[in-house]
Amino acid sequence: MLDKIGIAKRIAKEIKDGYYVNLGIGIPTLVANYIPQGMNVVLQSENGLLGMGPFPFEGEEDPDLINAGKQTITTVPGSAFFDSAMSFGMIRSRKVDLTILGAMEVSESGDIANWKIPGKMVKGMGGAMDLVASAKNIIVAMQHVNKAGESKLLSKCDLPLTGVNCVKKIVTELAVLDVTPQGFRLLERAPGVSVEEIKKATQGRLIVEGEIPEMIID
Amino acid sequence: MNKTVKNAEEAIKDIRDNATIMLGGFGLCGIPENCITALVKKGVRGLTCISNNAGVDDFGIGLMLQTRQVKKMISSYVGENAEFERQLLSGELEVELIPQGTLATRCLAAGYGMPAIFTPAGVGTEVAIGKESRKFMVDGQEKEFLMEMAFDADFALVKAWKGDPHGNLIFRETARNFNPMMAMAGRVTIAEVEELVPAGTLDPDHIHTPGIYVHRIFQGTNYEKRIEQRTVRKK
Repeated sequence: MLDKIGIAKRIAKEIKDGYYVNLGIGIPTLVANYIPQGMNVVLQSENGLLGMGPFPFEGEEDPDLINAGKQTITTVPGSAFFDSAMSFGMIRSRKVDLTILGAMEVSESGDIANWKIPGKMVKGMGGAMDLVASAKNIIVAMQHVNKAGESKLLSKCDLPLTGVNCVKKIVTELAVLDVTPQGFRLLERAPGVSVEEIKKATQGRLIVEGEIPEMIID
Repeated sequence: MNKTVKNAEEAIKDIRDNATIMLGGFGLCGIPENCITALVKKGVRGLTCISNNAGVDDFGIGLMLQTRQVKKMISSYVGENAEFERQLLSGELEVELIPQGTLATRCLAAGYGMPAIFTPAGVGTEVAIGKESRKFMVDGQEKEFLMEMAFDADFALVKAWKGDPHGNLIFRETARNFNPMMAMAGRVTIAEVEELVPAGTLDPDHIHTPGIYVHRIFQGTNYEKRIEQRTVRKK
């Protein structure tokens, strides 16, 4: 089974040289730490920055320089600032190659829910609805089951949707799966996790064909 | 042109009860601190606020929530504010949550003189309820778009780094965010700047918001520029 860092490391392997990538809040933010050295990747922060760098050194925080999670950050050489309309312009016109975000639920047809729990949590969608509606490629980082042990990979989402038919790939603590027209296709198992365990944790339709290899993380 | 006013109090003096106002900023970054303080002091009520976020409990728009001056918030993300959540759940505060790109582009549309935009954000979700939609061909595939209307705001309150008496504005780093398109969108736009410089000082090639969009400008004071999430690494 993977921890959060394991999930981030596995997702980092999906990033290719030359990609512009938008990272959501939570596990997706950690992915930045595991992009292979020497790879040319530019991180987009939807509050208005291309070329996001690591957190600043203590004492060098700049209140005018934050990421979409409102954290203090730095820029890397070659970065650019822009306004919020242009930021979502580049997202809508599919200039961003890969979007990585978290989810509360994903359905077998690629619907995603991650912004609202009726009666409990009302935080808002932020930029998530814009991102999922337009992204060329969306990878979701999430837990396979909730705290009560119930599957979050469903035949149909129960929670209010963020977007429909948009998720392409999911990485959980148990598995890597593609979302296909036929349902979730199991691609890889987390170290020490059996296909049976993944079947039990997946409520939506799961396609298992042939030998399922164990993930290679490091 | 000289659009300079003395201070925030003078700049906002004609904002009345039940006005619709836009406030620039993302989180606490690039918010019009002086104007918010002046609005709290003035005590205008029943405001509809269009702003990406709603501040935190004791800073930003949160200050106007504490004093119950806000009737309605139109935002994309409001997760950092306990008083906001309380007023929302108790029904004291009306809230319209809309996608962030939709929020930005509805401001842009107003500033560009276009009545509406089409966006795919929110298709198939509760955001689409009651909205007109249309299908367009995109990359050889039919795709559905929602029609979203340009905002109509009485006032836009924006914060810039530098400005001049013409109202020309330059923003700094990610404090730019929603400020330029809100500056374009207000019927009356009020800009507060950290540094008000004489006309002719700013390089015309570096202006982000041309002064034609700005009606009043003043140099703000005592900027706190509070950091919401201080994240650092060790040397």
